[in-house]
Amino acid sequence: MNHLPLIIKREYLTKVRNKSFVIMTFVSPLIMIALIAVVSYLSQLNNDKKRTISILDESGFVSDVFENTENTTYIKLKGINLDDAKISVKEQEHYGLLYIGNGNVDAISNSVKFFSEDSPSLTVISSLENKLEQKLKDTKLIANGLDKEEINASRTNINISQESFSGEKSSKIDNILKLAFGGIAGYLLFMFIIIYGNMIMRSVIEEKTSRIIEIIISSVKPVQLMMGKIIGTSLAGVTQFVIWAILGSIMMVVLSLIFNIDLMSAQTQQQEIMQQAIQSPGIENEIKLAFESFRNLPMINLVIAFIFFFIGGYLLYSSLYAAIGAAVDNETDTQQFMLPILMPLILAVYVGIFTVIEDPHGTVSTVFSFIPFTSPVVMLMRIPFGVPLWQQGLSLVILIGTFTFTVWFAAKIYRVGILMYGKKPTYKELFKWLKY
Amino acid sequence: MNDLLVANSVSKNFGNFKALNQVSISVPKGSIFGLLGPNGAGKTTLIRIINQITLPDEGHVMLDGQPLKAEHIRDIGYLPEERGLYKSMKVGEQALYLAQLKGMSKSEAKLQLKYWFEKLDIGDWWNKKIQELSKGQAQKIQFIVTVLHRPKLLIFDEPFSGFDPINANLIKDEILKLREEGSTVIFSTHRMESVEELCDHIALIHESNKILDGKLTDIKREYKSNTFEIGLQSNNKEALITSIKEQFEVLPATFKNLHDDVKLNVKVKPETSPNDLLSFLTSKAEVHHFVEVIPSANDIFIQTVKNN
Repeated sequence: MNHLPLIIKREYLTKVRNKSFVIMTFVSPLIMIALIAVVSYLSQLNNDKKRTISILDESGFVSDVFENTENTTYIKLKGINLDDAKISVKEQEHYGLLYIGNGNVDAISNSVKFFSEDSPSLTVISSLENKLEQKLKDTKLIANGLDKEEINASRTNINISQESFSGEKSSKIDNILKLAFGGIAGYLLFMFIIIYGNMIMRSVIEEKTSRIIEIIISSVKPVQLMMGKIIGTSLAGVTQFVIWAILGSIMMVVLSLIFNIDLMSAQTQQQEIMQQAIQSPGIENEIKLAFESFRNLPMINLVIAFIFFFIGGYLLYSSLYAAIGAAVDNETDTQQFMLPILMPLILAVYVGIFTVIEDPHGTVSTVFSFIPFTSPVVMLMRIPFGVPLWQQGLSLVILIGTFTFTVWFAAKIYRVGILMYGKKPTYKELFKWLKY
Repeated sequence: MNDLLVANSVSKNFGNFKALNQVSISVPKGSIFGLLGPNGAGKTTLIRIINQITLPDEGHVMLDGQPLKAEHIRDIGYLPEERGLYKSMKVGEQALYLAQLKGMSKSEAKLQLKYWFEKLDIGDWWNKKIQELSKGQAQKIQFIVTVLHRPKLLIFDEPFSGFDPINANLIKDEILKLREEGSTVIFSTHRMESVEELCDHIALIHESNKILDGKLTDIKREYKSNTFEIGLQSNNKEALITSIKEQFEVLPATFKNLHDDVKLNVKVKPETSPNDLLSFLTSKAEVHHFVEVIPSANDIFIQTVKNN
């Protein structure tokens, strides 16, 4: 008798109807969006802050470079000494006082000081520094006999265009895009395993503590029950993810309608930047390349590999979670068994993040993309960079072989463990259970 | 083929621990079979083997003349000692799920559930969660779930624990009714008075070995000690007792009755007839009470376990 569909259905419905599941599903996107809204609102608040900076320029020519902007007003002080200037700035509660000394260019550059009530923000200081550097550099060049046009003409923009031997073009943006894709895929798997693996474990423990387990397994094989649990719970997980995706996009649209004006103003700013960017030919090229590389991403490969590695990796880990749930009586006892599961998972994410960025086809990332406990995450991160199909295939075969083994192993532990009550088993005892 | 279930030299080890050692039992069709034994004797292991929860290391089990296989799950109903249901699942849904796991169709299960809910006086619990019910109420649901699919073989592990006397009686009557309708019952318990009341066959398991089995009446006959309870009235007690003691072996008596002056348990030699004792007594005094001592299941249990 095949009861698998029945078990899957029950597990799925129990999970989906659970109050905390429903709340999680509908509230967490709200929380996420609220969080994003708060953060963007706060940063906007910060950007909107108007600053007045007084400048005491004893050299007389450097301060030309400071022009008032929407948020920053520069007041150029004249005929007043530094101490008086400081007092007056403090009294008027201006943001700060920029002091520029006199002398030759080197002397001026050494004399620049900034006085303020509190320590100034890093962005303000670096923007001041940039402007001063540019001005003084130009001054020096002019002193050396170059004219302004020559200086402007000498500005060049280097952007190394990359191309593989087979003629595939790529760029920095391209790489960032690939990293983002791989990273999101790997991280998604990581999150999914932890959230729903735990859910499976808890549901196994629940059956044990409520003692219904003996009735159930007098009707179905433990392996069937375990697989039903894993599949049912993951379907609930997929449902949750899909709802999140839909809710997320709906809310994004709604939010953008509500904050229409804000987004518009942000857009005009962006448009300005874009226009500036387009004016310089290097960046225009890069944007074009990015679109091109987005189209060039091995999308079909990515999607298929994502599905297979996702399922493989998920089954591998969730069967272990089920085994842990069967081995213990309550959740507090799970700690010692959780570590060996979490370690390779976390390792995979770190290897993925640090070595794949550095060298997606290097020894470390290649090796880890074959080790079954790390391969789902690492391989998913590598695939956007183009992994030969035989490597993907081999890794998948190893993964399938391993999860067949872990499912068998977990089923053994599960079969014995679900009927064991009382003391927490040791690893040695778990090993003995395999032989029962 | 008169035995519904036959276990043949079944052994089971857990590591170095021998949980069952060459245990054989035969459960006749239509009987109520008492599976007895002290705690940890191996009863639950044997029951789990019959339920195919665990596999035996040696030996085999036959159900209705066939080696035990997966399809037999629907022929067995099992009420484990450790009761449990999904706490946050609704009564109706849960019962349907468990019935379907036993191979019933949904509509059939619904029909049967309705019948049993009425029978056991369970009205509007369908949409209640188990955690909202009392312990006794949950036990009723558990009982229904066990018998719902009308299995050939019913296995009850301590079925009366958790029931008040009224409901325990209700359940006992239902078990007897199920037997009349053709089910065979294996009944595992420590409560010897219910063994006395219900079982016609028993098997006693002690420290992984079966040490006794057979028809309860046969076993009792085997264990009887030819002892009789006697109650007499006489003016001269001392002389009466001494004269009985000269002829027979006398043991202290504990039985209760209304007005006897002399109460004794008298053991008769196997070759002597009870009539000899009776005629001796009538010649000496007025006999008010004369009953053969039948060993209780409890006595047999304690005696056998102690001797092993």
